[in-house]
Amino acid sequence: MKSLRKLMDRVKPAFYGGKLSSFRSVYDGFDTFLFTPHYTAGVNGVHVHDSMDSKRTMTIVIIALLPCFFFGMYNTGYQHWLAAGETVFPFWELMLYGFLAILPMVLTTYIVGLGIEFISAQLRHEEIQEGFLVTGIILPMILPIETPIWMVAVATAFAVIFAKEVFGGTGYNIVNVALVARAFLFFAYPAKMSGDKVFVATEQILGVGPKVADGFTCATPLGQIATASGGDFTVTGIDQHAISASDAFWGLIPGSFGETSVFCILIGAAILLLTRIGSWRIMLSVVAGGLAMGWISNLCETPTYPGSYLNPVDQLMFGGFAFAAVFMATDPVTAARTNTGKYIYGFLIGVVAVLIRTYNTGYPEGAMLAVLLMNVFAPLIDWCVVQANVRRRMRRLTNVENQLDAVEDNKEAKEGE
Amino acid sequence: MSEKINNKTVLFNPLSKDNPVIVQILGICSALAVTAKVEPALVMGMSVIAVLAFSCVIISLIRKTIPTNIRIIVQLVVIAGLVVIVNQLLQAYAYDVSKQLSVFIGLIITNCILMGRLEAFAMSNKPWPSFLDGVGNGLGYAIILVIVAFFRELLGSGTLFNYPVIPASFYDAGYSNNGLMILPPMALIVVACIIWVHRAHNKELQEK
Repeated sequence: MKSLRKLMDRVKPAFYGGKLSSFRSVYDGFDTFLFTPHYTAGVNGVHVHDSMDSKRTMTIVIIALLPCFFFGMYNTGYQHWLAAGETVFPFWELMLYGFLAILPMVLTTYIVGLGIEFISAQLRHEEIQEGFLVTGIILPMILPIETPIWMVAVATAFAVIFAKEVFGGTGYNIVNVALVARAFLFFAYPAKMSGDKVFVATEQILGVGPKVADGFTCATPLGQIATASGGDFTVTGIDQHAISASDAFWGLIPGSFGETSVFCILIGAAILLLTRIGSWRIMLSVVAGGLAMGWISNLCETPTYPGSYLNPVDQLMFGGFAFAAVFMATDPVTAARTNTGKYIYGFLIGVVAVLIRTYNTGYPEGAMLAVLLMNVFAPLIDWCVVQANVRRRMRRLTNVENQLDAVEDNKEAKEGE
Repeated sequence: MSEKINNKTVLFNPLSKDNPVIVQILGICSALAVTAKVEPALVMGMSVIAVLAFSCVIISLIRKTIPTNIRIIVQLVVIAGLVVIVNQLLQAYAYDVSKQLSVFIGLIITNCILMGRLEAFAMSNKPWPSFLDGVGNGLGYAIILVIVAFFRELLGSGTLFNYPVIPASFYDAGYSNNGLMILPPMALIVVACIIWVHRAHNKELQEK
């Protein structure tokens, strides 16, 4: 650590006034990423003194994501071994396979995304913001494991430029950047983002993993439900055993990398809630909205929409719903800010997510689109909440004024007598 | 008109500095609708040039006899007549393209650029400058349409004028067409990018 500090101090003059002055923001970015920022608010004045800066917030979100990430690695390997027809699952080989499968995607998002952030910070003569730390790890986790690397790069570039930098950078984006990248891929390359060929890794990577037969296919549970006909269907995994809600809870099912295990997502949720980084109001109301809409659609179940046969709790277990509720909807930049607004915002995310996945069989999963849609409406919700508050207080004020007036009138009337 | 009209600026200003699409932000709807392929975009652009140029001349010729209170109706009648002619010509000689453009040729009538130019220029200028103004604005519109369509067709379908330009070896290597480019939202983003580049080059157009 000391040698690192020495290195940073040695190259500092080059960035401050030296040849590389124009890259000062890059130096500052690395310096504050590696060490505690040396500038803090003074003791005088009204500053809030707290060690919680946005860098630490981001780091805790990443820690909360780690259980899902490690489980995703294991599950990627597990599904691959299963696809190859193996019955023995060596833990470390599975983990290694999953690691090798996800590594290129994580590297791609960070290199492309941070590259664009560095360049735009340079162009604007601003400091580098740390907002991409979380986006860069979340994006690979919500993509199918077989997404081609160049597509990840294109989507990352698109999302960072058009969803974030044009709005002014970190903290100014109105929609979730990782979800914009995923939505971009979903609409641009639908064949690579849904269906039955993309959710299970089938290639050997660097010789790791058993061989899988050519033309192997397996759809996610929600994908199977969306293409099922009528209400009589069973959702099956790769080895043809029926997937129950408890399988979906533990997460050894095909799906996007990080979102299969509700259990690991709950661990992440606990970390976010204990550190008070995630809003419990949003998480709670997303779940409530999903349950409510799931209950309604289950009440009027019809063979036209096979998704309506799922009971409300299953709706929460399958697909990206839990991941979206915990890590996507709670993004403090794009969510509603007022407490009442958070309830409305979260509830509507839950409702719309289940609405889309049940009644639009073209989109097996609706959580992504639901969060994006409500991101757009969040400022409007906040505005209405604030206005309602203003009106209520105005009414209280006029009531008091009226009473005072009445008292005065009484007095005057009495004196007149 | 007291100020002298310079024919050259009347013709060439709308191409860049005073472009109807990317500076005045007019005619966006049709720019979204017809730019998925280059061919319909080109035909649409030419149709607008023809309708705009001739309606400018006609309105300019009769500008002194039009009563002010019914001038909008007169302008619309002229435009509508020309649009019907263009539509019939397209159906006769370019049936496939006319089918692709479907309702949008008819909707030239509602294109803001036409009403705007007639009101702002042709109503108060002589026929020849009005004609140049019409051609210039039509060209400005057509150029943007073709640029947008070029990128959308190239990236969205891998073709230009329906002729495949992206080699098959690319597809074998894992490249695939960007389906989002075919959808209307992407036309907006491409137009936005053009505006971005254009304003970066013309500093005086940037809003404070």
